[in-house]
Amino acid sequence: MLAHAIFFYIFSLIAIISAIMVTVSKNTVHSVFFLILDFISISCLFIMIGAEFLGMIMLIIYVGAVAVLFLFVVMMLNVAQQKNQWFSAKENSKHIPVGLIISTIIFFELIIVIGGWKYKPDLVSSMSLNIDNNISNTHAIGYVLYTDYIHIFQLSGMILLVAMVGAIVLTFRQRSGVKRQSYFSQISRERSDGVELIDIPSNQGVKSDD
Amino acid sequence: MDYLSIIFSETYKILFLLVPVLVSVAMVVWLDRRIWAFVQKRQGPNVVGPFGLLQSLADALKYMFKEVIIPSSSNKIIFILAPIVTMTLALISWAVIPFSETQVLADINVGILYLFAVSSLGVYGIIMGGWASNSKYPFLGAIRSAAQMVSYEVSIGVIIINVLLCVGSLNLNDIVMAQTNLWFIIPLFPMFVIFFISALAETNRPPFDLPEAEAELVAGYQTEYSGMMYAMFWLGEYANILLMCAMGSILFLGGWLSPIEIYPFTLIPGAIWLILKILFLFILFALVKATVPRYRYDQLMRLGWKIFLPLALTWVVLTSSYLFYFNLLPTN
Repeated sequence: MLAHAIFFYIFSLIAIISAIMVTVSKNTVHSVFFLILDFISISCLFIMIGAEFLGMIMLIIYVGAVAVLFLFVVMMLNVAQQKNQWFSAKENSKHIPVGLIISTIIFFELIIVIGGWKYKPDLVSSMSLNIDNNISNTHAIGYVLYTDYIHIFQLSGMILLVAMVGAIVLTFRQRSGVKRQSYFSQISRERSDGVELIDIPSNQGVKSDD
Repeated sequence: MDYLSIIFSETYKILFLLVPVLVSVAMVVWLDRRIWAFVQKRQGPNVVGPFGLLQSLADALKYMFKEVIIPSSSNKIIFILAPIVTMTLALISWAVIPFSETQVLADINVGILYLFAVSSLGVYGIIMGGWASNSKYPFLGAIRSAAQMVSYEVSIGVIIINVLLCVGSLNLNDIVMAQTNLWFIIPLFPMFVIFFISALAETNRPPFDLPEAEAELVAGYQTEYSGMMYAMFWLGEYANILLMCAMGSILFLGGWLSPIEIYPFTLIPGAIWLILKILFLFILFALVKATVPRYRYDQLMRLGWKIFLPLALTWVVLTSSYLFYFNLLPTN
């Protein structure tokens, strides 16, 4: 148990410190790297409590896909300059009150959730789920997701689909004057379409590019 | 005292796995260059040692004694971290590869998810290297490879779902044991082809080596690297290629199972069969590198998103309806 405790404290320390560094560090790209470190240590914590499926899914989705896109955007947009502006300029700091309001709301929500966990344990306990201890937790998640919570599961899938379609519709625009390549017509080109043999009369030449 | 003995025995096991992997990476680089040369009617590296077998060793020595240059305007910590990340990620995934029913370092429940997660982290080494170099060619290479690896991971994930539908477990040994009667390459042959091509793109191999297209981007994300740091990128890349081959042979070619379960074949240990299968896939990789011209970037993206992803998704529907209709769904 000692080793278990040591590793738990190492991972949670890394998680907390890197979460602080995400907000503190000046360079935005460093912030994203700290965010990735945070995700990784949290997935290690998941694995330590025996939720290996959640830990791996956390790695695949958050670290392998979402954070890559974050990094992509942050690198391309040069957000670092803007961030410095926000914090240095006095008249431009309209976002700070908004940020404060949002963080206060999140803080109170967390208090309510943790308070509920502490004082009304039967409200949020998973005892009603009837989990068989002999099966691996991947199977257990599957049994719960596809039986009791199938409607919520499908609904969240639909929400993601709608969000995806919405993103595509928002960014899709028809531009005129863009040459598009049709792969089918490129592949189906024959020699006779592109090559023409011309008998050139001597001392006269031929006009080819018309 | 108990902890110490555990640590020693585990370190011994890890070394026993990693040293052969690193040596075989060096050998495989030689094999790759030899095959490439033979296809083009050249000799390839044949001077150092018998048949040039020690060429990779000589190269490694050369890299070790070269100066490591860190560009003055680079982001030094991330610049140094990038090859370390690539190398570490390429090596830690070997922990779950089963060489026989018992010879596996970590027989975890979610082995295939672990492999997939680690291979999806591989993109960070490249992005970090490209960004920290603070130079335009590495940056362009890094952006290309990030987009490319993320795109092809999606289709690899869907292909893995196909195999998992037939197995009913995420454990790599269970996946191998499920192929005792029939290797998955036979019922899932189109998925094997897509997996092979996606693996080429995932490891930035030709014809999908756009991140380091030397005609356009010098050497892509590796442009600013030199000496041992460059060698680490290079080792990590080849270790990743071997890993992809191992993944392909576990998912489709029956892992450590022998092709026919009759007397002379069953004498050969499973590890040998797995190594032979990995080598077979690697030789295919090398032949593709030698024969196919490089893709254009938009063609690459189109292939990943518009052809492979719909095909693999359709095949998921097909596989699951077939299994459901004939009541073959695994129930464990």
